[in-house]
Amino acid sequence: VTFTILGAGLQTTVQDLGRPFRQREAIPAGGAMDRLACRAANLLVGNPEGAALLEATLIGPTIRFAEETLIALTGGDLDATVEGKAVPSWQPLLVSAGGVLRFGQPQTGCRAYVAVAGGIDVPAVFGSRATYLRGGFGGLDGRALRANDMLHALAPTASTRAMIAAVKNTSSVVGRWRLSVTLRPRYSDKPVVRIVEGMHTALLSSDSRSRLVDAPFRVSASSDRMGYRLEGSSLELSTPTELMSEGVAFGTIQLPPGGAPIVLMADRQTAGGYPRIGEVATVDLPLIAQLKPGDSVRFRIISLAEAQRLYLALETDLAQARMALALRFSPREK
Amino acid sequence: MHFSPLGDQAVTITLGNSIDEPTHHRVRAVVARLDRDRLAGVIDLVPAFASVTVHYDPAVVGGEAPFDRIVARLTDLLGDLVNEALPPPRVVEIPVCYGGDLGPDLHDVAARHGMTEEEVVRVHAAGDYLVYMIGFMPGFAYLGGLSDSIATPRRSSPRKAVPAGSVGIGGQQTGVYPMVSPGGWNLIGRTPVAIFDIGRQEPALMTTGDRVRFRPITRDEFDHWAE
Repeated sequence: VTFTILGAGLQTTVQDLGRPFRQREAIPAGGAMDRLACRAANLLVGNPEGAALLEATLIGPTIRFAEETLIALTGGDLDATVEGKAVPSWQPLLVSAGGVLRFGQPQTGCRAYVAVAGGIDVPAVFGSRATYLRGGFGGLDGRALRANDMLHALAPTASTRAMIAAVKNTSSVVGRWRLSVTLRPRYSDKPVVRIVEGMHTALLSSDSRSRLVDAPFRVSASSDRMGYRLEGSSLELSTPTELMSEGVAFGTIQLPPGGAPIVLMADRQTAGGYPRIGEVATVDLPLIAQLKPGDSVRFRIISLAEAQRLYLALETDLAQARMALALRFSPREK
Repeated sequence: MHFSPLGDQAVTITLGNSIDEPTHHRVRAVVARLDRDRLAGVIDLVPAFASVTVHYDPAVVGGEAPFDRIVARLTDLLGDLVNEALPPPRVVEIPVCYGGDLGPDLHDVAARHGMTEEEVVRVHAAGDYLVYMIGFMPGFAYLGGLSDSIATPRRSSPRKAVPAGSVGIGGQQTGVYPMVSPGGWNLIGRTPVAIFDIGRQEPALMTTGDRVRFRPITRDEFDHWAE
């Protein structure tokens, strides 16, 4: 399946689950900002969860599909339509040949994911098709998409072909299968995000320690795929501390000297030398990934054990969804 | 050896509290051991000056408390680390054309230390440098071993775009910019060799533990460099 970008949108890139296995060379892990949305979109069209898809930001692209294909939109609701009809979020949709997907005004969240049956076929760089804009590699020539770009999808899996057949057996173009609502993050423009204590949380002044969990932070305009800068409540250490650079993770909350915390996101560097005052629980990273400048966020501290329990529960739900779809759309003997 | 969680998907093993060679050897020993005996669920290791961060998937590590489980396994595996045989350090030679428009701050560095430009080049190129860690940007090596006699504070106003291959001095450190980036180091030269090249089998020229030497080359050699 071939599709053409008619309009690029604000920042549309090819993403997948990134390349976290080359971090020792300081190659950023990268990949989708909202990893859950990426995995869900792919599951809904029968792709492997790490297949390459599109990540649209605030203003989505306009895309024409040359041939009939199955797509799914997840992540934030950026008001998608096909031929004037609203595209349901987190559901599969059969688009007919020549169909055009458009986006309007963002409704909730900031990033929408468009999975296409088969997954997007661009060359893998260091084991991933994810676009790393700063490094200029991955995705389509290491850059965001532009008008007139043409992309291709890989051959669909047997499950995908069964899904397409199932939709065609109905009068609707929307597939009837869903993911459990427990898998759908509760996106908000003022979420409460769970964090665990960081290596240097105890170094915060007592006043700053209270503000870390009591005060709302505002998302700064200088937030991007590398990190979210939080303003509105400046934090400080009880005594200034010089640290040696060491490993950081998706969701590490760093405190640079200015006092405005930074949440490290998908395109983060692999190591950093600022105090690490908290770590966003993996299950709540999608809530941060969907924030846009001007939104606000509050933090709540949970234990590491609880963060891991939540993560394992989510993975169990995803595994069940994967198995249910595999059973329902497994290729039958003819 | 101390284990601290880095969020719910990583653990940092602290191996010291200063930048020195004995600590660095412990870092390398941990990496060598964990590369040899791979634990299920480990995604990657990030060696740093005095620590190694282990990224892992709690769902693969398993158990009710994956952090406790991976720490127990790491403790077992790293118990007798003193005997770990380290691979011999590689020696990486980096040709550098010093000064002129390729090293626009060489003059300032020399003036600051009351030296001639040639003396700064001689001291820089005589150094035996150690790659303590890779970080900051793909393939960027933090080098130890800069002579105090040419250590120079960062520029008061950073440049917006330092060209790839630029060799700089920032405080007690020296290094090479792998790709165009903003930077505040004093630029004393440039290498024609790609520090990071996605087309190579090993994209990064340097890796943790390498010994690095800089070799002065002429402008003519720089202009006609063929890898």
